[in-house]
Amino acid sequence: MRPSAARLLNILVPVKRSVDYAVKIRVNPQQTGVDLNVKHSMNPFDEIAVEEAVRLRERLKDGVKSIKAVTIGPPKASETLRTALAMGADSAIHVEIPESAPAPEPLGVAKALHALIQRGDGEGKVDLVIMGKQAIDDDAGQTGQMLAGLLGWGQATFASKVQVDVEKREAVVLREIDGGSEEIRCRLPLVVTTDLRLNEPRYASLPNIMKAKKKPIEKLTAADLGVDFTPRLETLKVTEPPVRVGGGKVESVDELVAKLKDAGFTAA
Amino acid sequence: MLRTGLRSLRSRPVLPTRLFSTSRRIRSEALVNSLDVYTEEETMLREAVQRFATDVVGPKVREMDENEQMDPAIIKGLFEQGLMGVETSAEHGGAESSFTSAIIVIEELAKVDPSVSVLCDVHNTLVNTIFRKYGSKEQQDKWLPQLAESKLGSFCLSEPASGSDAFALQTRAKKDGDSWIINGSKMWITNSYEAEIFLIFANIDPSKGYKGITCFVATKDMGIQIAKKEQKLGIRASSTCTLNFDDLKIPAENIIGGEGKGYKIAIEILNEGRIGIAAQMLGLAQGAFDKAVPYTYSRSQFGQPVGTFQGMAFQIAQAAVEIESARLLTYNAARRKEEGKSFTKEAAMAKYWSSVVAQKVAGSAIEWAGGVGFTRETGIEKYWRDSKIGAIYEGTSNIQLQTIAKFIQKEYS
Repeated sequence: MRPSAARLLNILVPVKRSVDYAVKIRVNPQQTGVDLNVKHSMNPFDEIAVEEAVRLRERLKDGVKSIKAVTIGPPKASETLRTALAMGADSAIHVEIPESAPAPEPLGVAKALHALIQRGDGEGKVDLVIMGKQAIDDDAGQTGQMLAGLLGWGQATFASKVQVDVEKREAVVLREIDGGSEEIRCRLPLVVTTDLRLNEPRYASLPNIMKAKKKPIEKLTAADLGVDFTPRLETLKVTEPPVRVGGGKVESVDELVAKLKDAGFTAA
Repeated sequence: MLRTGLRSLRSRPVLPTRLFSTSRRIRSEALVNSLDVYTEEETMLREAVQRFATDVVGPKVREMDENEQMDPAIIKGLFEQGLMGVETSAEHGGAESSFTSAIIVIEELAKVDPSVSVLCDVHNTLVNTIFRKYGSKEQQDKWLPQLAESKLGSFCLSEPASGSDAFALQTRAKKDGDSWIINGSKMWITNSYEAEIFLIFANIDPSKGYKGITCFVATKDMGIQIAKKEQKLGIRASSTCTLNFDDLKIPAENIIGGEGKGYKIAIEILNEGRIGIAAQMLGLAQGAFDKAVPYTYSRSQFGQPVGTFQGMAFQIAQAAVEIESARLLTYNAARRKEEGKSFTKEAAMAKYWSSVVAQKVAGSAIEWAGGVGFTRETGIEKYWRDSKIGAIYEGTSNIQLQTIAKFIQKEYS
């Protein structure tokens, strides 16, 4: 049964082109960051986000009207959008920044997404933002929360399960928290950030890769959105963690406890 | 006048190779690319297949090899990923991609498991292509969707008494009303254990010699007997069986390409299939290299990683050169075919050379990994065993050399 009065969902999935998870990271010689001359791919948590949007459509069928992927990045980031399209997104937006520009910070990204979402109106209004909880290169974990704040929307972060009721315009989300998990009911529109256990992303099948060719990618600039990506933070130094020194072996539990006490790791 | 081979490798309208003197400037430089250029779709496909191969096929490789059995879940996965109808039109349920895309799929699968790669290769470059090129519209509408979606295909040419001398095949087909009755045996047939659709080459009129050879499509349930499954040195998970046809009845409408056209189909299709095998051997070499080399940089002896000893470094460098040469031969042959240029010589060169490189590099990979390379656990030795078939099937190395020699003779004499 089609949702009658309820508006069909428009889902926005922000994705990031980040260093591939399998790459052995090395600090660059200037110690200002990591060597970026390595393989890049879609941030794994963002893949989970795209997958969740596609699965929502498979579950809700007509309830989902559109799935739009968006990225803020250099020209090469369009590859990441193509992957999202191949996984099932309908269209994409590329907010292009120059190759030489520094990577945008979470606040900059959140502001850009905010501006983008404000653009939409009527039938194009975004109802649900699903994005990765963090990017695996900077591990900031801030963008989703900042975006929700700017929009004045609710946020359901570290989601490990998402259920949406289109008619009631609400979602029930299971969140991963330190103590275990927490289930919350939220009204739409909503920002959801994905955690690892939410789903296992599909491989882009060849027919879908070919179909992705025909899907539209809209190009925008920071100026189009009235956003400034100038960094507000300056990275002073990046170094590798200290080389691990060998441990010691103990003969008994008592000895272990004594050693822990000496090192100051016990309560007593 | 010097002829330099300038080629455009994008799948767009291309300029023909031009003759020019060294003093004249190349006019349309924009269309000239280095030989390792791929379209965006081809690059995306490569990455997608790489992930599928690593995540889904990878964990099962050893088990399938030890058990000499292809896991049905892998075959299903290949269909689900749309990898079994790479060039097939979208109308028939395929991905409507380029030939090079198929080659990329075969290479990436071979990096992880050459057995899975050959299954996909035979299905795409031999079976699918025969229907696409020689099948009538009705046959294409009937068979291509099945082949793209769920049914594995098999190509049945070789027999106990005819391998390289394929046209000496003995399987006979006799007309019976609007059917044909086939009797005979096929041997060394890849995919035969799991396949449901079989392309069988039989002679309908031995008095015409090879001009009686005809291509028939049959399904397993028509009564094809799958007999002995070979126990092999390598690509053990790929099924290689003997097939027996005992008064196998096939409807006349199942003749592909017309009566007596089988020899032509076989020659032309094996030409293309050669590039597929080149890609398989290339992937094999690369896979062995990728497995062994990182190990040489982590295994230390005498206070340094063994890969940094000059002797080892030189061997590794040489292997890398050989792989690159095989890669360029293979992909250039593929692009030539895509562009409608003649590619027989190039395909023969690619297949021959890739199989040589595969054996060499896989063998070296074992030695680089030392004792660990010799055990079955790391999977390095498997590449070496798998590589041996490269010099044998789809045209032995001697046959390839004969083909190449004929071209040279024609050119130079």
